[in-house]
Amino acid sequence: MNILLLVWNYLKAKPLNTALNIVLLSLGIAVIVVLLLFNKQLEEKISENARGIDLVVGAKGSPLQLILCNIFHIDFPTGNINLKEAERIAKNRLVKNAIPLALGDSYGAYRIIGTDQRYAELYKAEVAQGEWFSEELEVVLGANVAAMTKLNLNDEFASAHGLTVGGHAHDEHNFVVKGILKRSNTVLDNLILTSVESVWHVHDLHTEEDHQHHEQDTSFVASPLVPSIAAGDSTKEITSLLIQYRSAMGAIQLPRFVNGQSSLQAASPAFETARLFSILGVGVDILMAFAYVLIFISALSIFIALYNSLRERRYDLAIMRSMGATRLKLVVTILSEGVLLTLLGSVIGLLLGHGVLMIMTAFVTETQKAGISGIVFYHEEWIILAGSLLLGVLCALIPAWQAYRTDISKVLAGN
Amino acid sequence: MVTIKNLSFAYGDQKGISFPDFSINKGEHCLLLGESGSGKTTLLHILGGLLRGYSGSVEVAGTELSALSETALDHFRGKHMGFVFQRNHLISALTVEKNLIMAPYLAELPVEHQKVDDVLRSLGIAEKKHTKVTELSQGQAQRVAIARAVFNNPPVILADEPTSALDDKSCAQVINLLIQQANAHKATLLVATHDQRLKDMISKQISLHG
Repeated sequence: MNILLLVWNYLKAKPLNTALNIVLLSLGIAVIVVLLLFNKQLEEKISENARGIDLVVGAKGSPLQLILCNIFHIDFPTGNINLKEAERIAKNRLVKNAIPLALGDSYGAYRIIGTDQRYAELYKAEVAQGEWFSEELEVVLGANVAAMTKLNLNDEFASAHGLTVGGHAHDEHNFVVKGILKRSNTVLDNLILTSVESVWHVHDLHTEEDHQHHEQDTSFVASPLVPSIAAGDSTKEITSLLIQYRSAMGAIQLPRFVNGQSSLQAASPAFETARLFSILGVGVDILMAFAYVLIFISALSIFIALYNSLRERRYDLAIMRSMGATRLKLVVTILSEGVLLTLLGSVIGLLLGHGVLMIMTAFVTETQKAGISGIVFYHEEWIILAGSLLLGVLCALIPAWQAYRTDISKVLAGN
Repeated sequence: MVTIKNLSFAYGDQKGISFPDFSINKGEHCLLLGESGSGKTTLLHILGGLLRGYSGSVEVAGTELSALSETALDHFRGKHMGFVFQRNHLISALTVEKNLIMAPYLAELPVEHQKVDDVLRSLGIAEKKHTKVTELSQGQAQRVAIARAVFNNPPVILADEPTSALDDKSCAQVINLLIQQANAHKATLLVATHDQRLKDMISKQISLHG
């Protein structure tokens, strides 16, 4: 026999009351846990995906759209930019590194990105099987793409025009899988990488001839962005440029310089994602408020349960005193009852939260693609646990104080 | 074992009750007789250390109760006294066995599980060990209360109207069991009652008049 067993027996004696209190609290905790896990992982993924990219330059439109499209690959492009204009930005002395992106095709639910090897280096991605693409129409698959499409090395596939499933198929140009990337837990896992020329190739049948024409030209100066093309080519277009600054000065001058050009705009991933979070934050706040209401109700319910059971248990408590229990022991017993209730509620709530997220990731492919998992633990969960234990103590405080003050003689005499 | 001198007690502003001096030896049993309102329960609670703030001297098992602190009194009560009340006041959330185990647990004495069977057997309710106390009859519950009172081998057993809610047959059984258990544990039994049926059972009697 110990306090825990005694308290457990008391809780067991009122199974419905106990269950109601635990369910209420665990639902509130579960909502908080789901929001916590979701938000935290989303923030982590976003900062991971935006790592090393200081600025995105693309066609005019919504800056948020530019970021969503070119960094997270979830929205559609704002339009194309002229390669010649992009080169001018890339050559700016404030730019350390400029990576071109050409979007336009997809395979299944996965985007084909025309770029170069530096794009993969941003995410420290390595080739797990095969090798990097070198010729036109050769591709490297992200780890998720390879797993979901079951494409293997040297397999061929035809891309579809556009970024949505069911676009018009470019079946006259088959891509060849040359390599598969190691899992990097970034957006790269869900992309198919190829050269910028490949993307042009499937959209423009004359690329081949142009290409040869340039190689015969003695005054050929390679474009800093796409070396097979002559610098200053005014016909080629890309979707965007990912830019790394050379120094902090870049952050001050470059966006203004880019936005001053009539057809270009620059968007900062850090600024736009912060803006995105402040927009999403409203919904999160409402859910959070809902969770706090649930927890408040459960606290009230636990308080009422303890308070009522104390009234019924006045004789029990007096008897326990007559058997030698000190007042402190009664206080500890009642506090333990509150704490045990909230402990059970919060542990079940934590498990429930992780469970819900695990089920969600198992059934919703979008969360899989975002790399969100239910089997991740944050130290904030300890705070939730500690907080709910404190809640248990608070709920039991008044009943415990009353137990402390009980006049045992009066209770036992039946007055 | 129990000695009181010049004892009086007042509830708030009311007129105080004075109790006659008396002394009970070790192993001796005693009836506290009186009508309701005569202060039987008050005296029993004072003797049991449940009620403080009296004037005079109360000595139980060689200890002056007023000299003990609240916590020390709790410990003293747990080790030296067993209580049986009119309504048996068992802890309803627990089984018979766990109700008995509460006695050594709360008194902070070593818990001997074997003793549960022994005590229950001597009271003829061995088969009720795992029964919930809410499923017991009045008589059975009172036996469990007696078992709990004697469980720690206290030198003093205090009973407050243990029989007044019982019919004649149960009344005789309960008082016999109390005397028998008190004798077996060499304890002093003090019964506060207005139940005339007990007058012939215990010879030493103290009458209280409010």
